[in-house]
Amino acid sequence: MNLAGHKKSFHKKGFNQRTKAVILSVILAILMLVIYAFGFLISEKAVGTDVLNAKRPPSWAHPFGTDNLGRDLLMRTLKGLSVSMTVGFVASCISAVIAVLIGIAAAMGSKLMDGIINWVIDLMMGIPHTVFIILISFSLGRGLKGLLVGIAATHWTSLARLIRGEVLQLRGQHYIAVSRRLGKSSGWILGHHLLPHLAPQFMVGLILMFPHAILHEASISFLGYGLPPEQPAIGIILAESMRYLSSGMWWMAVFPGLLLVLIVLLIDRLGENLRTVIDPYSAQE
Amino acid sequence: MRLEAENVRFRYHKKQAWVLKDLDFGVEQGECVGLLAPSGYGKTTLAMLLAGYLAPSEGEILLDGIPLSTKGVCPVQLICQHPEHAVNPRWRLRKVLEESGEIQEEMLASLGIEKEWLNRFPRELSGGELQRFCAARALMSNPAFLICDEISTMLDVITQAQIWNKICDEAQKRNMGVVVITHNLPLAERICKKIIRLDIIHNDNSFPF
Repeated sequence: MNLAGHKKSFHKKGFNQRTKAVILSVILAILMLVIYAFGFLISEKAVGTDVLNAKRPPSWAHPFGTDNLGRDLLMRTLKGLSVSMTVGFVASCISAVIAVLIGIAAAMGSKLMDGIINWVIDLMMGIPHTVFIILISFSLGRGLKGLLVGIAATHWTSLARLIRGEVLQLRGQHYIAVSRRLGKSSGWILGHHLLPHLAPQFMVGLILMFPHAILHEASISFLGYGLPPEQPAIGIILAESMRYLSSGMWWMAVFPGLLLVLIVLLIDRLGENLRTVIDPYSAQE
Repeated sequence: MRLEAENVRFRYHKKQAWVLKDLDFGVEQGECVGLLAPSGYGKTTLAMLLAGYLAPSEGEILLDGIPLSTKGVCPVQLICQHPEHAVNPRWRLRKVLEESGEIQEEMLASLGIEKEWLNRFPRELSGGELQRFCAARALMSNPAFLICDEISTMLDVITQAQIWNKICDEAQKRNMGVVVITHNLPLAERICKKIIRLDIIHNDNSFPF
């Protein structure tokens, strides 16, 4: 009796944690999309030069202040963020897909293939990312393309290793063997048993890669091997601000930097929420 | 139809000792055979061999004289001892059941599966409840032979009775062969016409036990 009553009140409590996580994820995703779209839609005029208003500290007209050429830093930062987000998103997506394919190939293929792939992963992990990205970016003529290829080609290794381990472990599961005895094909098992198991790893890996990729993009652009200086990328803005930091113009570095951190944290939170939604162990909480 | 193990030898690794050595074993369709032996005599290994989960190192598993095929729905289905290992933890139980075909309402009712459970994840059911799903899944694929590897060892008596009643009913109705692997002699005596002691037919002297 008591138990039944308890059960009823539990179900009446309104949103459960799962629903909350879904709502929060949607809100965060929309927020990111808005920031992205806003930055994308800002006209060239809004980030144009206005030398009369150069080097102004933050005010109502220019909440983030202006830079050395009088460009509004809020607009420029938002535009820069959307460029950085594009680079980060595309590069980490490519990287994550490479990781899944290579991870599955290593786990499902022959021992020789597994050995070769592991050796390549060790080799790639042994070279510092930044140096490797600079090399690739430089040999592909810098710019967006070089940067994208560079980041995508270097970030897949640890996720690939994780996926390989996961697939190896899954392959030994009894329910996979049951599925085979029930007449399911390897393709069906891959699609229905393996990939859904890998989805959370994929998501978390992708989301952890995202800020990493953005920061690499910023640092490579900062060093001059990435995006061209006229592009309002966050790395370029930060590189420019360094020259004025010693003369007390703190707003040029602080606000773009803070916004970058904020975006990274938002992505992180989005990842955590998605994990709650995907994870079956918290389904009824 | 007859399911046979013919001169089967099996070891898990080339450097390890034989788990099963020159074993002959057979079940007729419609027959219910109990298989008893102390722990470590290869009961589970034999179950896996009979249902095609493992391939014998030597000898053959024959179904009507033809080696068991590895493709398509296997006519020999296995229900294992640990139901929680036999279902994908990320699937709702509806999908677990649908893996072996369309859900049969009558089957669910007779195994005491409540409809509400279909929408749950395996973690949210008890072992006994999960075992009913495993039994339903195996029966729904319409097997000619069913291997039950200690399926009721960790269940309460009511669940045991419910599952065994259903399996015996179905066996009779479909003329299905059943191999009952258990430690429970009274249970085997109750449901099986024939009882085989693996430790007695295994008269090989070099056997480690």
